[in-house]
Amino acid sequence: MEQVFQQLINGISLGGIYALMALGYTMVYGIINLINFAHGDIYMVGAYVGFALTTFFNIGFLPALLISMAVTSLLGIIIEKIAYKPLRKSPRITALITAISISLLLQYTMMYFVGPQTRTFPEVLESKSLRFLNGNVILDIKNVYILAITLILMVALQFIVKKTKMGKAMRASSFDLEAAELMGVNVNKVISFTFAMGSALAGAAGVLVGIYYNTINPLMGSLPGLKAFVAAVLGGIGAIPGAVLGGFSLGLIETIVSANGGSVFKDAVAFLILILVLLIKPNGLLGKTVKEKV
Amino acid sequence: MKKLDKKNMFTIIGIILFYVAIQSLFNIGILDSYMELNIILICINIILAVGLNLITGFTGQFSLGHAAFMSIGAYTSAVLTAKLGQPFFVGIILSGLVAALAGILIGIPTLRLKGDYLAIATLGFGEIVKILALNTDYIGGAIGFNDIPQYTNWTWAFGMTVLAVLFIRNFINSYKGRACIAIREDEIAAEAMGVNLTYYKVLAFAIGAFFAGIAGSLYANYFYFIKPDTFGFMKSIDILVIVVFGGLGSIQGSIVGAIVLSIVSTLLQSVADLRMIIYALVLFGIMMFRPTGLMGKQEFKGFKFKTIKKEVKAGDSIKGYESI
Repeated sequence: MEQVFQQLINGISLGGIYALMALGYTMVYGIINLINFAHGDIYMVGAYVGFALTTFFNIGFLPALLISMAVTSLLGIIIEKIAYKPLRKSPRITALITAISISLLLQYTMMYFVGPQTRTFPEVLESKSLRFLNGNVILDIKNVYILAITLILMVALQFIVKKTKMGKAMRASSFDLEAAELMGVNVNKVISFTFAMGSALAGAAGVLVGIYYNTINPLMGSLPGLKAFVAAVLGGIGAIPGAVLGGFSLGLIETIVSANGGSVFKDAVAFLILILVLLIKPNGLLGKTVKEKV
Repeated sequence: MKKLDKKNMFTIIGIILFYVAIQSLFNIGILDSYMELNIILICINIILAVGLNLITGFTGQFSLGHAAFMSIGAYTSAVLTAKLGQPFFVGIILSGLVAALAGILIGIPTLRLKGDYLAIATLGFGEIVKILALNTDYIGGAIGFNDIPQYTNWTWAFGMTVLAVLFIRNFINSYKGRACIAIREDEIAAEAMGVNLTYYKVLAFAIGAFFAGIAGSLYANYFYFIKPDTFGFMKSIDILVIVVFGGLGSIQGSIVGAIVLSIVSTLLQSVADLRMIIYALVLFGIMMFRPTGLMGKQEFKGFKFKTIKKEVKAGDSIKGYESI
């Protein structure tokens, strides 16, 4: 029983991080139908910015989180302007290969400057933990922070998408990009805004992962990035609630698998889920069915 | 149709002369063992690139898991030659067949997916193969597979390269190859014209996987030692870069790409840190300024039939092209 609660806590923390990243994938995919392979590496940059701020500048956790989010959203906009915008009309495969090249570029440029070694993230939060059920279930303060920040960011995102004018433009663009443009929506601005928001969420996820696992390295983004994409597909790509549901589900499934002796296979599980979802319900749990046109 | 006309004879004589020339350079010692290593790596890369080009360039199915088939081939050959004591010939054929079987098994479900989804699914397949290899003790797990007998030499590598290139070249210009190209151009239109989508996609996948398996076998039996990480996502990207650099849908492009990038990669070994950055920039630059690759035609759309036309003219080893 205690075991189950402990897994639940760990799974939800991990799931929150996946969900934050999956949101970025799903928003970008919803609007320009591109798998932004560089998303995982934006998350890595976010973690490094958070690391630099807390280690070298002794900035507190919350300001560091906000600055990281600002830096990564700027990075997201720059990547979109330089790499994806010129290719908006080209075949999908071209855009996908470009995304992979940007991902590699971010990883290895970062590695070139900071070195390939793993770094230890400083303890920015006072280590405090709550114990339940005779001390068998440990709820670390980090878990609380991760869940709280994840939820706050998701509510904020939901507010922006549902209540603001920009959010309306985003929804219109994801429904039909050309029609939205004809109706006077400034599509370029919307796409940049989407990238900025998605990247800010990824940056936040990077900082949270830094404080949760305490270690960061330049290649840390590629696998979680792919898994977050799996989460987005699981929830139904293009659907914002789907990304959240998919992220938390994937986090829980992975934690359950590793708790039951399958820790070496936990990376394989995510991809197995992906293949199964694509075969059984390609639109994901909350996605809408799209008819194919000639 | 005559199998051996004048042009084919010239091609065959050219191939044999090239083989003898390099072999005699080895024999009289102008090319040392370091050169041999690089030449064999180039051959392996050509086989991989031509196979992936059939899947991605000609059939239009974007695969990010090509290294997984290489891995399957390498381990099959390693088990057969090192553990079961079979001759290399058996190892190389069976590793191709096992990889092709894996290609069929993974192809039938995933090839229903399109574009990006297929890319991610094949990527996932590659990761699953790697994780399985890492956790199977019989083949060495994470430590790697040691003491594989070294059978690969210039003769084997060159023979297999010629086989791969000629086979895929003839396949592309056959009735089945044209069906694959039709799928790339427009799936729905191809289906409406009576092309069995699943059959041809899986066929292309199986052929690509077969040659990737052979490449893996050559690799394993040259380097004595393999480990699962060798055939990870980065290896798949390496192969993809060769294909894209040479031109999607151009076999000559793949050959040139494999030669150029293998040499570049060897030269960049002294600056290993920069190697991947340069690779990324090259990939980015090609996509930005010349998405058709080195050998592609000048129109912006990479998937034009003209590329193939040019190839046939330049190669001249295939008859029956006029019937298109």
